[in-house]
Amino acid sequence: MRRIGIDVGGTNTDAVLIHDDSVVTGVKTPTTEDVTGGILNALKNLLSGMDGGPGQIDAVMIGTTHFTNAVIQRRGLKPVAAVRIGLPASASLPPFVDWPDDLAGIVRGRVYMIEGGHEYDGRPLVDFDTSEMRKAAREISESGITSVGIASVFSPLTAECEEEAAEIIRQECPDVDITLSHDLGRIGLLERENATLLNACIIDLARKTTRAFTGALDQSGIKAPLYMTQNDGTVMRAKFAEEFPIYSFASGPTNSMRGAAFLTGLTDGIVVDVGGTTTDVGVLQAGFPREANNVVEVGGVRTLFRMPDLLSVGLGGGSLVQSDGSSIGPISVGHRITTEALVFGGDTLTATDVASAAGLIKLGDPTAVKSVEPTVRNAAINRIAEIIDEAVDRMKVDSNPVPLIAVGGAAFLVPNRLSGISEVLQVEHRGVANAVGAAIAQVSGEVDQVFSDMGRVASIAAATELAKKRTVLAGADPDTLSVVEVEDLPLSYVPGDALRVRVRVVGDTAPS
Amino acid sequence: MADVREILYEELNPLSTGAWILGAGGGGSPYYSYLNMRELYKAGERVRLIDPVTLADDDLVAVVSSMGAPLVGQERLRDPHFAAKPVRMMEEYLGRQFDAVMSLEIGGGNALQPLMVAAVTGLPVVDADSMGRAFPEAQMTSFAIGDLKMYPLCLADIRDNETIVTRAASWKWMERISRKVCTEVGSTAATCKAPRSGKEVKDWGILYTTTRAIELGKAVENARVAHKDPVQAALDHEGGKLLFRGKITDIDRRATEGFLRGSATIDGLDKDAGSEFRLEFQNEFAIGTRDGEPVATVPEIICVMDTLSGEAIGTETLRYGQRVSVIVLPAAPILTSERGLRNVGPKAFGYDIEFESVFSNGTQA
Repeated sequence: MRRIGIDVGGTNTDAVLIHDDSVVTGVKTPTTEDVTGGILNALKNLLSGMDGGPGQIDAVMIGTTHFTNAVIQRRGLKPVAAVRIGLPASASLPPFVDWPDDLAGIVRGRVYMIEGGHEYDGRPLVDFDTSEMRKAAREISESGITSVGIASVFSPLTAECEEEAAEIIRQECPDVDITLSHDLGRIGLLERENATLLNACIIDLARKTTRAFTGALDQSGIKAPLYMTQNDGTVMRAKFAEEFPIYSFASGPTNSMRGAAFLTGLTDGIVVDVGGTTTDVGVLQAGFPREANNVVEVGGVRTLFRMPDLLSVGLGGGSLVQSDGSSIGPISVGHRITTEALVFGGDTLTATDVASAAGLIKLGDPTAVKSVEPTVRNAAINRIAEIIDEAVDRMKVDSNPVPLIAVGGAAFLVPNRLSGISEVLQVEHRGVANAVGAAIAQVSGEVDQVFSDMGRVASIAAATELAKKRTVLAGADPDTLSVVEVEDLPLSYVPGDALRVRVRVVGDTAPS
Repeated sequence: MADVREILYEELNPLSTGAWILGAGGGGSPYYSYLNMRELYKAGERVRLIDPVTLADDDLVAVVSSMGAPLVGQERLRDPHFAAKPVRMMEEYLGRQFDAVMSLEIGGGNALQPLMVAAVTGLPVVDADSMGRAFPEAQMTSFAIGDLKMYPLCLADIRDNETIVTRAASWKWMERISRKVCTEVGSTAATCKAPRSGKEVKDWGILYTTTRAIELGKAVENARVAHKDPVQAALDHEGGKLLFRGKITDIDRRATEGFLRGSATIDGLDKDAGSEFRLEFQNEFAIGTRDGEPVATVPEIICVMDTLSGEAIGTETLRYGQRVSVIVLPAAPILTSERGLRNVGPKAFGYDIEFESVFSNGTQA
C-alpha cells in the first residue's frame, strides 16, 4: 500500500510518500498563493523517483490549516442565516451571542428563532412552527444569503425538526448550502450551534479548496481517493470534508504529533514542533495527542470539539535575535527567511543563523554567520534552550523523566539536554512529521446521543452500530473497523433509564 | 437602612469561576447564567448586592433556583425572564411584594440565578445562600437544618405551566413532589422556594457567599494571568487543603433515584506517585478515599481542578486521562454542626462513615 500525506501550511507545503510502514521520501516546498501550485510542485518532487508512476498510489491524505486560518484571519467567510428551532426555550441567548463582535459582524447574515424542538426523552417541546419556517426560508431566498446553519433543541437525540427545516429551505431556495447541527454531534445547544455556524461560513471556501486539491491530484495523474485529515488524527473522504470543514480545524498539530509517534515508534512522550514562527509543545499519550480539558475556542468562538492540548510559544527558525543574543522572538521573518536570514544572503540575525553559527545545522552559506560573536551566539543558544525548557516543563504534569521528540522545519533548535527529559529524539523526516501524520491516518466515525428505556447494553450496541455506519460513510473499509472509545453517562433527574452514549470507531481507508 | 453596593461588570466572570469551584463537581456550569448577565449588563442593567445583616427582620426574601438535570440545561438554556416568573407567581400567591432575592445555592449555575431575577425585577440580591456550595436535594439547606417552613414553592415551565406546592409534610416530601413536577416538564424548571423573612436569612442563611465566590474567582483568575499555580491560589484564598494530584484512570457513573452516582479513580503523580485516590460522587463529590482510607467527606467541599488551568471539573465532565488536583475547602459551620450533619453529613448520603473534618485544628471559615 502506497500512500501520500500532504500538509498545506501557511508557509510550507510538505509531502511524504509512505510504502507500507516506511517513509520512502519527504519533500518541503513553499506554499503558493493558489495552494494548487505548491501541491503540484510537492507531488512532482515526490513522484519523480518512484517506480510505476502515480498509478501506484492507493490513497492521498491532505491536512491543511487553510480553514482555521480563514476564521482566525476573518477572510473568505460568507454571511450565514442562522435558524434556531427551540422557542420558547433559550430565548435570551440567541445565535452568535458569544461570538467576538468582528467575526459576528461578518458571519451574522440573518437570525431566525422559531418555535419547536424536543425534550431529552423525544417528546416535542412545542409543535414546530413550519409556517414561520417557510416565511424565513423565503426571506433567506430573497436576501441572497448562500449558506444556512440550523440548530434545534435536543437534535442529537431527535433530528426531526432540523430535517424538516432543511426540506422547507430546499424547496424555497434550492441552491443554498445547509449545515445541520445534529450532523456535528454533541449535546450543548450553544456550542453545537456555534460549530454549525462556523461550518456554514467556510463551506464555500472549503468546497473551492477541496476541489482545487482534487484538481491538483488529477493533474498529477493520481487516481487514488483523496482524504482530508481531522482534529482527532483520523481522515474523512474529501467529498465528506467539503460538507464539514469544521472537523479539520486543528488537524495540523494533531498530524505532527501522530507523525512524531510513527517516526520514532514511541507512544508516550513530549512532542516539540518548531516551525518558522512558533513552537508547539504537546503531549503524546498512547500514540495520540493529549486533549485539552477546557472548552475549545476557534477564532474566539466556543465549541465542544476535542482539540489537542498545546502550548504555543513565539520561537521559530525565523525568530529575530537581538544583537546581544539576550532575547529571541516572538517576531519572526516567517516565510521570508529564505531571503532575509544571514545564511541565505540577507541581513537579519535569526534563530536559524545562531544555530548555524553554533554548528547545529548546515544551511545556506555557513560563512555568512562567521561575523556572529561567540558571546552573542552562546547567549542566544542559551535563551532558546530556556524558552523550550520552560514550555516543556509547563506541559509536563509530573517530574518523571520522559522522552522528547523534536519535529518541524526548525527542530534543530531543540537542545540535546532538557530538564525532566530522558532523551531528545531527532529522527529522519522530522521536518515533515505533519505530512507523515496525515499519511498514516485512519478513518473514524462518532455518535453522541441519548438513548431511553433500552438498557445500557442495548444502548451502547445501537450507538456502536450507528458509529460504524458513519465510519464506512466517511470512507472506511467495513472489514477493518474497531471501536476505540465508549463512554456512557446516565442522566440524573431523568426517568426511564436515559443514557447518553458516545462511541468512536476507526477503520483503514477503503481501497478505491 | 440596608448596606447596598452595585455588582460590577468585572465581577461577573470571577463570580462564575468561583461558583463553579464551590459547586464541588455539581450545580451545573455557570457559563449560560454568566452569558445572560453579560448581555443584561451590556444592555445597561445593573444589579445591587445587599449586606444580609442590614436586612430588616420583616423583609421578605425570595429564594430562587433553577432545578433539574444539568445536561438539560445545556440545551434548554437559562433565561432571566423565565427565572423571574416563579417570583412573580409567589408574589401573586402571597399578595405581597418581595424586598430582595437570594440564591438557594452558591455552587454552580444557581449562583447567578438571583442576579438574573434581580436584573429583570429590580430587586436587590442578598449576599448569602442556603448551602455555601451545591447539594442535590431540597432538605440539604441551612434553612432545612434550621427546621424552617418548606412551603409554599412556585415552579414555572416555559410553556405556561405553573405549579404551586402550597403545603408539604416535610422537606423530603417537598423534594419528592417538586422533583416529580420538574421531571414532567422536561427536567428543568425555574423555582421560587419557600419565602424567607429578613430575620430567617440573618439567623439561618449562609452569609457573604456571593462575595466569597467573587473573591475566590478573582484569586484563581489573577494566578492564571500571572502564570502562577491557580490551584494553589484557590487553596491559599480559601484556607483549603490539597488532597491529591494525579491522573484519572477510571470513571463509573450510574443514575439512581435522581442522582448521578458513581466513582472516579485517580492514580497518583509526583508526591502522590504509588497511591490511589477514589472519589465517590452523588451529583457532587461526597467522599474522597486515599488507598482505601476516607480522607475527606461531605459537607466539606471536595473539588476537582485541572492541574494546569485550575478550571473546575464537574462530575459529568470527568474524563479518563485528565490530570487533576483534588482539593478540599472548609464548609460553613452550620453544615458541620450536629444538626447539620444529620442533613448533609456522610450518613445523609448513605455512607456509614463518621464526619471528621480535614481541618481538625479548627480552621473552618
